[in-house]
Amino acid sequence: MLMISPRMASGMQEKQYTPSLLSFFIYNPTFGPREGEEEKKILFYHPSDIEKNEKIRNVGLCEAIVQFTRTFCPTKPAKSLHTQKNRQFFFEPEDNFWIVMVVRNPMIEKPNKDGKPPTIEYQEEEILDTVYGAVVRQCYSMYKLFNGTFGRAMEAGGVELLTQKLEKFFYRYLQTLHLQSCDLLDVFGGISFFPLDKMTYLKIQSFVNRVEESLSLIKYTAFLYNDQLIWSGLEQDDMRILYKYLTTSLFPRHSEPELAGRDSPLRPEVAGNLLHYGRFLTGPTNLKDPEAKFRFPKIFVTAEDGYEELHLIVYKAMSAAACFMINASVELTRDFCEQLDSLVGPQLTLLASDICEQFTINRRISGPEKEPQFKFIYFNHMNLAEKSTIHMRKTASVCLTSVHPDLMKILGDINCDFARVDEDEEIIVKAMTDYWVVGKKSDQRELYVILNQKNANLIEVNEEVKRLCATQFNNIFFLD
Amino acid sequence: MNEPPQQHYLELSENPVQFEHASSVNNVFFDEANKQVFAVRSGGATGVVVKGPDDKSSVAFRMDDKGEVKCIKFSIGNKILAVQRTSKSVDFINFIPDYPHTEFSQECKTKNANVLGFCWTTWNEIVFITDQGIEFYQVFPDKRSLKLLKSQSINVNWYQYCPETAVILLSTTVQGNVLQPFAFRNGTMSKMSKFEIELPVIPKPAKLSLSERDIAMATIYGQLYVMYLKHHSRTANSPSAEVVLYHLPREGACKKSHVLKLNTTGKFALNIVDNLVVVHHQSSQTSLIFDIKLKEPDCAVNTHQPVLPARSIHPYRMPLAGPAVVPSQPPMPCQLYSSSWSVFQPDIIISASEGYLWYLQVKLPPTVNLLQDKGKLMDFLLRRRDCKMVILSVCSQILEGGDKGSLPVVATVFDKLNQVYKEYLEAEQSYTVAMESGPSRGSAAQKRPVRTQAVIDQSDMYTHVLSSFTERKEVSHKFVIAVLMEYIRSLNQHQITVQHYLYELVIKTLVQHNLFYMLHQFLQYHVLSDSKPLACLLLSLESTYPPAHQLSLDMLKRLSTANDEIVEVLLSKQQVLGALRFIRSVGGHDNVSARKFLDAARQTGDQMLFYTVFRSFQQRNQRLRGSPAFNPGEHCEEHVVHFKQLFGEQALMKASTV
Repeated sequence: MLMISPRMASGMQEKQYTPSLLSFFIYNPTFGPREGEEEKKILFYHPSDIEKNEKIRNVGLCEAIVQFTRTFCPTKPAKSLHTQKNRQFFFEPEDNFWIVMVVRNPMIEKPNKDGKPPTIEYQEEEILDTVYGAVVRQCYSMYKLFNGTFGRAMEAGGVELLTQKLEKFFYRYLQTLHLQSCDLLDVFGGISFFPLDKMTYLKIQSFVNRVEESLSLIKYTAFLYNDQLIWSGLEQDDMRILYKYLTTSLFPRHSEPELAGRDSPLRPEVAGNLLHYGRFLTGPTNLKDPEAKFRFPKIFVTAEDGYEELHLIVYKAMSAAACFMINASVELTRDFCEQLDSLVGPQLTLLASDICEQFTINRRISGPEKEPQFKFIYFNHMNLAEKSTIHMRKTASVCLTSVHPDLMKILGDINCDFARVDEDEEIIVKAMTDYWVVGKKSDQRELYVILNQKNANLIEVNEEVKRLCATQFNNIFFLD
Repeated sequence: MNEPPQQHYLELSENPVQFEHASSVNNVFFDEANKQVFAVRSGGATGVVVKGPDDKSSVAFRMDDKGEVKCIKFSIGNKILAVQRTSKSVDFINFIPDYPHTEFSQECKTKNANVLGFCWTTWNEIVFITDQGIEFYQVFPDKRSLKLLKSQSINVNWYQYCPETAVILLSTTVQGNVLQPFAFRNGTMSKMSKFEIELPVIPKPAKLSLSERDIAMATIYGQLYVMYLKHHSRTANSPSAEVVLYHLPREGACKKSHVLKLNTTGKFALNIVDNLVVVHHQSSQTSLIFDIKLKEPDCAVNTHQPVLPARSIHPYRMPLAGPAVVPSQPPMPCQLYSSSWSVFQPDIIISASEGYLWYLQVKLPPTVNLLQDKGKLMDFLLRRRDCKMVILSVCSQILEGGDKGSLPVVATVFDKLNQVYKEYLEAEQSYTVAMESGPSRGSAAQKRPVRTQAVIDQSDMYTHVLSSFTERKEVSHKFVIAVLMEYIRSLNQHQITVQHYLYELVIKTLVQHNLFYMLHQFLQYHVLSDSKPLACLLLSLESTYPPAHQLSLDMLKRLSTANDEIVEVLLSKQQVLGALRFIRSVGGHDNVSARKFLDAARQTGDQMLFYTVFRSFQQRNQRLRGSPAFNPGEHCEEHVVHFKQLFGEQALMKASTV
């Protein structure tokens, strides 16, 4: 099923356009059921400067499509609509609330001779439903993390409050969507775990337990190092979205001053005799400032009886970050923050250097990191663990991959195939330019390998992957 | 007594040695070496009753009254009795059966010297201490004579003897503060280095200023110390009395090593109990204890404050025994700290006027509430003899309190316990290694390490502390898990292999509170180490927590000795091909039971699967035995019939076709 991508064969003058966001809107058909009241259905519309009637038309169209497809399968209405120029994604996160995202297909602009307007060629098949479907769901999860459900806003302040909240949240959030760099990792929505020896891990456990004991306001704690998770007191699904927020938004925002060096707020604080590097990433930037505000972002996580609202305190010392979550009904004071700073700061600084030391020792044992012959993505549905040697470090703005987008698309296709069946399976694809792509699914785990071996045959590739499993994944059960 | 009774941490032994109290006709002597009390009536003519530390060593006999007895002692093992009646000589009586019983006598060799006393060092070796030196003799009971082995002349004011180490300490010089120790062993006498006791005031003109009463010798933690009771003096700058310890090594110079601050003045007496220095203070009728191994962070090096606040010895009532018993008479309360008490090393208190000999004992339970710093308390308890149950009760107490901020305390206590535990395990390990390499290697035969009560292992903790603690309803599960993790952390930190029942306790607690994600994370970081029992436990959780299946399989895989279990798990999940591929990948294909796989394949109802598995085993048979047929022993007949029914006779692989 491989095609030669036009991109790769394109000449110099051709202009390439990546997929981009055309519109994003949220509506509830029950809010304006009568004619003439259609506008009431629309809760949020991006871009906002679109003419009212067009908004109504677009919403109406989506409504019609969903309604129409429902006749074929009442429980699973349409999820996406493919057209030549764009693709629409429909998602109903709560009863009657619909989120629609319209993505423009990637296209190539070919200049024409004789001054004719350039020909535009849309690449209808380049976008993967799974990837952008996941992006829409992520948008909702992120909203829910900071605002709770749509239903909650409705209860608290009706449509007015909900539209306000949606406006406030999505106005900023949509700017951070980078649709051109979405790929398989967005489908997984995984968590990268920091590899750590048992002893250091136990020390972290001990640290978390002690802090939670002495600052009994703290309900949950999460611990990260190098933007990778080590411990989560939150449940898995909540951690998944919080992790996404931390690693793609909060940490990158704060890493810049750290890298900048001299002007950074990274001043060692002297507490007692202990030098520590702890500081708040949320809340007060400087505890000593008499004007400092002790307000923290609030998040919503699932609880036994629905959801609970929490203050999110993110505190960092060197590369170690601890997230402390406290019931939102408690007002956080300067006293508390100072207490936390003096208790956590020195301990976290010590832990961070411990972890760093262990990490270097382990790296030295495993030998210098060589650029391997292969690149891989691993994902485990059970614990959401993901590992990628394809992706460079994510920054706030872009997610860099080290392989060609076409290969990424093959990975996405294999993933779709896996999703269709329950059985364990293995798919080997020979891509153009000598690449082999191997997908393996064993129980709840998926592994995608890209091999760059010229003239390798199927048997050799199979052997190579076996070898990779034996070295990289020897401590888990992976069926051959 | 104002204080609650449970606060007395010192007590007199319940069964004292009773003897006839001292009187005008009855003289009482105590021998520190054999711990025997001699009641000598009328110079021995009307009888000598010897009461030892136990009933077996009690003896009664008569001897002729040849004058007032100054000192009387048996040699070790009650072989020979030595009696000093004059200042010039010592008399001997054989107590060995079949040896002549008539007394023989030995005068001291040095002319004009007065015998201050004597000490037995073995069953037949004796040292005379005179005011002019010491004389070391061997006694020949059969010949009724003595042979001088060695002597040393030196001016002696007084002497002390430590029977445990066979060291005699002589007070020399005019002031008496230069002490000269001698050690005795197997017929040899060796002079140890002398040392000077710093006196609080130097008297002018010089006179004997160091009293025998202010010096005691004892072994503490296996080391010999000379203890000096330094009284406060108005002239010198010492507001209160102190005990100064001089460490007396077998070889090398004696060094002032510890100072025990008494913080008061008055009359004192010293005992050593369970390696603790006990200082009795007569006027306040209380005692203090010091542990020289307990480091005081806010004190100068080796200066010690009392471990616990001063308390009196537990009130004691005279037991009713012996001929004096009158049934209606209630037991008499005993006057503690009486001026008639004599204190001997290491732990003996004698009331000669009442006829009792007690051993002083330390009671650990009351110390628990007197020492608030739990870390210090543990340090203290871990060095005591009967500490196990007290330590375990302290652990329970800390956990039950559940006070805020108690986790660091819990961690400290666990670390201290595991340090001792680890040292024992290491000693045991190196002993085992030494034994395996054979006794020929290594000159000194290694002794098997003694397991003291301070070794608190995982099963002790589990049985006495953790299992009941985890079942307590009122304790939050958060705290329970934190405590268990803290214990596991401490064990790991001391490189002690964690027993799987501790992991099971963790898992049980997590499962009870539906904290599966926490459990998952622990397993992910291998905090709960792999084992077959643990893998099986995880398998059993699969119905409530599906990911447990994956966790269990991973664990079995890592164990690498559980391939059979993996096959069973896969077959039970009807993953027949997976099982087959797995067993092939680990090279176990040739030995597995074909029937097991065929059973599982047939159960799935998938005919193609059955076909595949069947053919795969036929191929195996072909390869192994040259024929695709199954052996009768494999019990696959019904599957062969089934195969034929499904696919026909011709589908069977024939030997000839290959």
